[in-house]
Order: sequence, then C-alpha cells, then structure tokens
Amino acid sequence: MAKIIVVTSGKGGVGKTTSSAALGTGIALKGHKTVIIDFDVGLRNLDLIMGCERRVVYDFVNVINKEATLNQALIKDKRTDGLYILPASQTRDKDALTLEGVDAVLKELAEEFDYIICDSPAGIERGAQMALYFADVAVVVTNPEVSSVRDSDRILGILQSKSRRAERGDAPIEEHLLITRYHPERVSAGEMLSVEDVEEILAIPLIGVIPESESVLKASNQGTPVILETESEAGLAYTDAVDRLMGEERPMRFLDVQRKGFFKRLLGG
Amino acid sequence: MSDISFRLKGSVVTTVLLEIHEPILDRIRIDLTQKIEQVPHFFNQAPVIVDLAKCRTISLDEFEMIVKLIRDLGMSVIGWRAKNNLPEWAEASSIPQLPDSKSRDMKVSSVSDEVSKEVGTKRSDTEESSVIVKKIIEEKRVNQPAKVITRPVRSGQQVYAEGDLIVLSQVSAGAEVLADGNIHVYGALRGRALAGVRGDEQARIFCKSLEAELVSIAGNFMLSDSLQNNVWKESAQIMLVDDNLEVAPL
Repeated sequence: MAKIIVVTSGKGGVGKTTSSAALGTGIALKGHKTVIIDFDVGLRNLDLIMGCERRVVYDFVNVINKEATLNQALIKDKRTDGLYILPASQTRDKDALTLEGVDAVLKELAEEFDYIICDSPAGIERGAQMALYFADVAVVVTNPEVSSVRDSDRILGILQSKSRRAERGDAPIEEHLLITRYHPERVSAGEMLSVEDVEEILAIPLIGVIPESESVLKASNQGTPVILETESEAGLAYTDAVDRLMGEERPMRFLDVQRKGFFKRLLGG
Repeated sequence: MSDISFRLKGSVVTTVLLEIHEPILDRIRIDLTQKIEQVPHFFNQAPVIVDLAKCRTISLDEFEMIVKLIRDLGMSVIGWRAKNNLPEWAEASSIPQLPDSKSRDMKVSSVSDEVSKEVGTKRSDTEESSVIVKKIIEEKRVNQPAKVITRPVRSGQQVYAEGDLIVLSQVSAGAEVLADGNIHVYGALRGRALAGVRGDEQARIFCKSLEAELVSIAGNFMLSDSLQNNVWKESAQIMLVDDNLEVAPL
C-alpha cells in the first residue's frame, strides 16, 4: 500500500515545492518507487525545480478529465531511478480538481508506487484541501517567523478536521515539522524564531531544519533537486530529514552559529 | 459484603409547601383542586408540608380537615410547621412538626424550563387566593459531562462545550474555546477562551500557561495587553469577582 505524503504549509514561498522535490528524490534514492504530484494547478512550478519542464506533454488535469492516461502524463526523472513527476496544468485553475478525480488518480498510482508526494499549493482553499485530503503523512514546511508559524498551525487544524482520515475517524494523519530557511546567526541576534520556539508553538515532531543557503536558489534555477548537492548544508539537511521521515534517528545539524576559523577570519572569508 | 445492616445518610427531597393563610376549607378545596388540574402529574403523590406561619388562628380540627383534604386530593402530608406562630395544639398533632427551613420563594435556578414555567403560572394565579403553593427546590445542577479534547486546538478552530471543557493540549493563537461551564487547558492557552458563555458568573478558566489573546467569563473580557501586566506565561486561573475579572497564579 502506497504512503501518501502531503507537503504543505499554508503560507506561500516557504519552500514547499523545493522540499517536495528534495524529499521525493531522497525517498527514491533509498530505492522506493516514488511519484511527486504538483497540486498547484495554474501556477505550475515543480517541473521547473525538477528540471523537466520541457518534457511536459500531458498533465494532472488531463488525467483527471481522462484526456490522457496516467502513463502518458507521468514524467520519468532522468537523474534518479524510480522517481516520477506528475506535473500540474498551467492553463487551468484549481476548480479543475475534483475529489473523485483525484481519488481515482491516487488509487491508480498506489498500485504502482510506494510513495506518493503531494506538493500542495499555498493557502487553505480548494487546492490545498485537495492535496491534503487523502494524505497519510503530512510534512508541514515552516519558516522561522511568526506569520509562517501561524499559517502552519492553521493548516494543522485543517489536517485534523478536513482530511479523509478525520472524516472517517481513522488514525489521524502523521504530522511532521520541517523548518526551512533557518538562519542561525539571525536567530542568535533575536531576529528570527528559534527551532525551540517553533516546536513549542506547533507541538509536532521535528523531522528537519534546512539552513538558509545559496545552494537552494542555485539548484532551483538549474532544475536540480537540492538534495543532490552533497556539498551543500541544505542538501545534507534534506538527506537527514528523509532518513528521519523513514524512521531513522539522526542528530540535528547546522543549528548553531558557525565560528569562523582562524584562517577564514584572516582571509576575510 | 458490608458489615453493617444499614447506613444513615442525610438527604434533601423536593417537596411542595402549602402555605395556609385562612383555614376556610371550602375555598382551599376549590383553589387547590384548580391548581392540581393545571399540572396533575406534578402534584400526584407529591410530599406536602403544611405551613401555618401566616395563618392567624387554626384549631386542631381545622388542621386535621386540611390534612385529610390534601390526602383526598392525592398528595401526602409529611409534616407541618409554623415558624413562630405555634398553635396551642402543637404537641397534640399526630403529624410531625418540622423545623423551619430557608425556602426560596420560586427562585428556581436550574430546573428545566417546563417546571419553572409551571411554577410561574402557579404564583401569579395564587396571589388573591387563600392558598399559596410554594415549591422548595433542591439546588440540583443537571450534570453535563465535560468535553475532553486531547489534541491541540489549532488556529482557526473553535471548540464549544455545553458543560465544562477540558483541553489536554494547547490552544493555539487564533483558536477559540468556549464553554457554558469552566475551561481547563493543560497546556499553553494562546488563543481565546470564553467560559460561562450562557451567563454563569461562577465559571472559571484554568490554564497551565497563560498567553491568551482574550479571556472572558460571562461576557466580561480581558485582552492580552492587560493580561501581560498580571500573570503571564504562568499557571493561572481567571474568575469573576464583583463583575471584574481577576487573574491569580496557581
């Protein structure tokens, strides 16, 4: 039985799509057959970050409307074995998603895949609710600032009340916190909430803290999931997060202000 | 197995108090019959206390006639009383004399609407008649089971309980918890908490860490700004004292 993971946040621009791409790639690298679905119909981004925008022929909405088969719409990732992308439609809006249609697509995918990652759009409306409705696991992406934390809290409430698991009275969705764009220097200067602050407010288990890093932007622009950048802290932090999501214990890294070494200071680095 | 054959316990029973103003048997009969016809199920087999405190003179014969009349009408006299107006035959009566109690004249606090309506009509009807039917009511709170919430109440969520509300987790900023009774939050209270929303001024709010946006008891509220000068980020209770909210550390 496939596990459906929704990557959601409430607030926009916090790194949902970057995280979906990174987590999906990380899970596939562990040998699980994985598909990432872009639920952001009308503002398609996932294919850009995955670097497959030129290969999009059919999309998620085409499959829902039975204008294409799933196999026609799925894009096989060139870098990672066992990873597929189901892109969103650029020309339609979120009303094109129906609960029955999404259910049918997910059921078909579940027969073939181990993990289904749903990249949620921002907001708490239809698109976001569609993305989380069928989820078994939720990764709540949060930036360490008050409005992002508040929105994450709101989306946690929706996960609790408006998901299929909630409606059926099944075991609640497994919730995980992923803090992105973390800046230890700004936290110690008191300009940003600390990991502890965010954990205290949201009260859900933490699966990772991704440090703010130039490599994220660079990787996005090049269409490479940042998790493949094994030299970058952000990439390593995503690898840790995937391990924790799979139930492994990993110590938290990159949370402290890095003291510049003697030579770095000397060279003004 | 218990090692005693009985137990003595105190108990309070709801009874009807029949206040006799003038011992005119025929009038009492007519008025009382009329009353009973209005709500027969209420008076059927009801225990009655005859109150003679406002009756100027009454003979033992007259009293016994009244007792017989009440019994004929299907109620049972369980005693009489007369406050400071003891008749001379007080010792001779076979009906037990009862000590005076504090009867609350129609102050029915938490009986169902139906009963209070009945009592209300009785009162207005009896004003000119010689018989006043009073009802001594045991303060009986209909027990509403508390609502228990085990998961955090998140921003944008609202929880309402008809009795007490117990939240075993936190109440996030932007969330709202309401209860007719008390509110207990065994976590941080960061959202809004409104206790006694139907006007219960005795309701209180208890929380493990007071960081609320707003607290309210029976419509009297306090905002986060004023709370911060009091007890903040500590265990606290909030109660209503003389129409003012009081915040006390726990």
